[in-house]
Amino acid sequence: MTSTQAVAAPPLPPAAPRRHESSASWRLTDRLGLAFAWFLGVLFCAITAAIVLYLFVQGIRYLRPSLLVTNPTAGFSENQTGGFFDPLMDTVVIAVMSMAIAVPLGVAIAVWLSEFGRPAALARVVESTVEMLAGTPSILLALFGTLLFEAPWLGFLSRTSGTVVFGRSFFAAAAMLSLLALPLVVTSVREGLQAIPSHVREASYAVGKTKATTTRRVLLPAARPSVMTGSMLGLGRVIGDTAIVVLLLGNTVTNDPSGSAPILSLLRGTGSTLTSYVYYNAPTGDGDQPGKAYAAAFVLLLLVLALNLGVDIVGRRGRDLRWSS
Amino acid sequence: MHDDVLIDDERPVDPDRRAELMLGALVCVVVGLVLAMFVFVLHEAWPSFAHNGLHWFGTGGNVDNQIDAIYTSGDNATRAVYTFHAWPLIWSTILIVGGAVILALVCSLFVAVFIVEFAPGWMRAVLGPVVRLLAMVPSVVYGLIGVLVLVPFINNNLISEHAKASVTPIITLDGYSLLAAVVILAVMIAPLMIAIFVDGIRAVPRGWLEGSLALGVNPWRTIWKVGVRTARPALIAGTVLATARGIGEAVMLSMISGSVGFAPNPADGLVFIYEPSRPIAATIIDNIDQLTSPPMRHTLYALGAVLLFSAAMLSFAGWAAKQPLRRYGVLA
Repeated sequence: MTSTQAVAAPPLPPAAPRRHESSASWRLTDRLGLAFAWFLGVLFCAITAAIVLYLFVQGIRYLRPSLLVTNPTAGFSENQTGGFFDPLMDTVVIAVMSMAIAVPLGVAIAVWLSEFGRPAALARVVESTVEMLAGTPSILLALFGTLLFEAPWLGFLSRTSGTVVFGRSFFAAAAMLSLLALPLVVTSVREGLQAIPSHVREASYAVGKTKATTTRRVLLPAARPSVMTGSMLGLGRVIGDTAIVVLLLGNTVTNDPSGSAPILSLLRGTGSTLTSYVYYNAPTGDGDQPGKAYAAAFVLLLLVLALNLGVDIVGRRGRDLRWSS
Repeated sequence: MHDDVLIDDERPVDPDRRAELMLGALVCVVVGLVLAMFVFVLHEAWPSFAHNGLHWFGTGGNVDNQIDAIYTSGDNATRAVYTFHAWPLIWSTILIVGGAVILALVCSLFVAVFIVEFAPGWMRAVLGPVVRLLAMVPSVVYGLIGVLVLVPFINNNLISEHAKASVTPIITLDGYSLLAAVVILAVMIAPLMIAIFVDGIRAVPRGWLEGSLALGVNPWRTIWKVGVRTARPALIAGTVLATARGIGEAVMLSMISGSVGFAPNPADGLVFIYEPSRPIAATIIDNIDQLTSPPMRHTLYALGAVLLFSAAMLSFAGWAAKQPLRRYGVLA
């Protein structure tokens, strides 16, 4: 190996800085370390492949088209318990509602942090708040949401009986889930805004635009890929979360509207999403229908795979639009 | 504030000023909401802490029986029971999260180094999406796989009859165990660590690594002694985030950990990794139907307050650990 290199040795172009030299000359411990790194890297891929393949196999075994259009019913066997039309629809409703809160709010916070950020003390507080929020367990947001939405003045957002506010509704769940997605949106958008060189801003100021107009017409369009990335990462967390849904969406197996107004009653009522459906139907849950749980988990995995692909595509497009410095 | 009034009097409102104030108000609302979370949760938790004092964190009695007593005492208005000793739950959280974080930290470091420096191009192209996919898989899916695959496997293949017999008077071993919880939790939090570690190690200036290579140090040593060391703030940030996620993981752990208020005892020997337990977050979600009973409600919020305090402390520790490194201009 070394001898052929010594003979042939054409000088490598400097454009290829990666060294693929042999590790034969290293100490044994270093070589073992490298082998271990290889092993872990391959193991990681194998675990992922195993999870995805296993869920695909089980999903194809248990998923019937009829499951997607029928509602869950009470029963004791897989034939009787129906499908998961309501959980699937509720997942979509919850995702749309919470992103409708999280994206504008996240973009606003990111713009304030990156473009204004005065007074500096407040900016530091906001930064650590966002960081804190990223580390806050979702079960705590759920507990906090229970307290918040049981307050009498928020009673119009959920079911009430007399003076008792039930505090569990689509509104409550979506509001708390948006807090879960918020840090991801803020971080991503902020990075996107900071990557825009200052001469772009200065060019806009030079033609007489105000800071607000510059942000709206120049900076935000330029940061669109990072807004998309942040939203999709946030969406991934929203549709993957179970604790908030179990607590704040009421975890009724089918939709249970409250009141008579057509759409509002649904949103004030309770329901369940795919994640809480899986939780309910797992052997440890009350439903205990593993076949149904596998089918729903498979649909959930497909959603996540689609989101992952979306992040990839947006990331690639964002790379094409890099600023020349 | 006085400036605003003067400007309002003299000329039309500056659109920038208006935008800044509106965004600032919005930001303040979010900060206020997070502050309110602390106040609300601690306020709701206070009766439980007040009745138990520091014994709240101690041992004594069966925690599941205590929970039952607290819950049923909510029905009769005469006397609420608050006696609660949470040590088995805290110990379970420490064991599961500690084990998973250590396991994930070691693996993630090697994988991150591998991705940055040693993986061939095709391998890197595969590992990137794989890490992101694993990070996005919902925890309930991990839980389902754990319950239906890993737990039966442990029960059938790893726990011997002898091991089961050795702890029979105290606890039954059926596969729902520390081991299953640690393994699945490690798979769950490793991608978070890897993503942050890779970013951190990539941000190390190329020249520093080249300098080490020029001195004749081999690439493996170089990346560990220079790259990983320089990326320490990223290592801390990733570990803190992963620990916070692990402590707060309720659903998956309530499915896999066994959901028994039992403190696994290392004195049992190696069997103890097969013993079931139940961490704090899983306790909250398991007993969530009991929020209707006032004393139980206070107890559950007290458990939540402990989680909130741990998350805040982790966040603070991460920040504090980064400070001395800032001096050297390391901003990873």
